[in-house]
Amino acid sequence: MLRRRVIPCLDVADGRVVKGTRFVDLVDEGDPPDLAERYALEGADELVFLDITAAPERRGTLLDIVERTARRAFIPLTVGGGVRTVTEMRDVLRAGADKVSLNTAAVAEPDLVARCARRFGSQAVVVAIDARRDPSVGDGPARWSVAVKGGREATDLDAAAWAERAVELGAGELLVTSIDRDGTRSGYDTELLRAISSRVSVPVIASGGASGPDDFVAAVRDGGADAVLAASIFHRRIHSIASVKAAMAAAGLPVRLVPEVAA
Amino acid sequence: MTGAGPRIAVVDYGAGNLVSIEQGLTASGATVAIARGPADLDGADAIVVPGVGAAGPAMRRLTSRGLAEPILDWIRADRPFLGVCLGLQLLFESSDEDGARTFGVLPGRTARLLDAPTLPHIGWNQVERRRDHALFDGIADGADFYFVHSYAGAPAAGRRGDDLVVAETEHGRPFVSAVARGNLLGVQFHPERSGADGLRLLANFVTLVGAAARPVAAGMAG
Repeated sequence: MLRRRVIPCLDVADGRVVKGTRFVDLVDEGDPPDLAERYALEGADELVFLDITAAPERRGTLLDIVERTARRAFIPLTVGGGVRTVTEMRDVLRAGADKVSLNTAAVAEPDLVARCARRFGSQAVVVAIDARRDPSVGDGPARWSVAVKGGREATDLDAAAWAERAVELGAGELLVTSIDRDGTRSGYDTELLRAISSRVSVPVIASGGASGPDDFVAAVRDGGADAVLAASIFHRRIHSIASVKAAMAAAGLPVRLVPEVAA
Repeated sequence: MTGAGPRIAVVDYGAGNLVSIEQGLTASGATVAIARGPADLDGADAIVVPGVGAAGPAMRRLTSRGLAEPILDWIRADRPFLGVCLGLQLLFESSDEDGARTFGVLPGRTARLLDAPTLPHIGWNQVERRRDHALFDGIADGADFYFVHSYAGAPAAGRRGDDLVVAETEHGRPFVSAVARGNLLGVQFHPERSGADGLRLLANFVTLVGAAARPVAAGMAG
């Protein structure tokens, strides 16, 4: 039976793992391959690197850390942040990534999703959707709009409609982040996840708001997510991957257990 | 580290990440060369065809690089071969994905996964053995491996297709996740992305290649 995945996300800037509230108050947390290998041994099912390097001319360091990570962590690696062309995607895959996630560039130029999927296959193309709950609907059915540029810029796109469109274009997976919940540790927006997972057949990765193991269970059970991503609760060692998976298993969800690292 | 283990040619036809499979085989003691043309196959003890994506473009690139014919000859001579994911699908006769004609050394065709709750089938899933094979030595039956695909090779029933199956995996319905016929091996999952069990499988493959490469020498030494 297909396992529900637990995915640590590493923010990377200038070739180092950083932590902070997404783009501010960054603190150096070390060499990405070191942390990646540790997570792989602890039972991470995949890894996501989100490159938040400000200067495009320094992106060479990203390719270097992707390659060094691929040589040490034998689990799948997705790289997101700043990829705008088929050529840039090719370079990241060649360096050792398995998938690339497209966000702002996909919204600006939806055909990029189609071109990347034709060239590398849908399985390599993740479309990341940063969604913000629309406060104007009141008691009506909830609605989310897509934000771009790290959540700083709003668009008129309806998140669920964009999700469907992205899959039509060739996205093989959707990484759905609730901007409202991100960094708040108030749980995943399961309503948002359900609104999207019920409309597409591709896997949906939940992101934004993890506080504890129960949130991972809710993202899968209530949100219909196939995979659940988190950053700070793992980096700060508030919860281990093993404890999250144990809670998911106890709730009857299929997970891949890595017994030899059970703390 | 060079020159010690069996020499394995990993075929590069522009289908993405080769770093993981190269590293996985090297860690298992093999000497790995990336093959971009037929001359790169000279002196190899085994060929690995990795890859993801669609069959048609893959066959066209293998052909344009002059690799398709030598690979076919290699397989027909029953020399050690491992197909990973698309590399396994290419062994069948054709692919429903784009109608491409593929190598046709295994009976059957590559078909879309039926009744799958999600597509692509992405993630870790259990590989359930249908018979013993040295490729899985030391790996528990039902162990999890990483999959990324929407299509899978479906061995034709009757025409010796049933004998091929080493393992199956269920996603909606069971599909074939590992095959073997002589020195021809194929897996639908990605051992290079499947943690410790994946590395173990690659090490088993390297061992099998070493055994196939040295039977005469071993006999003479004895």
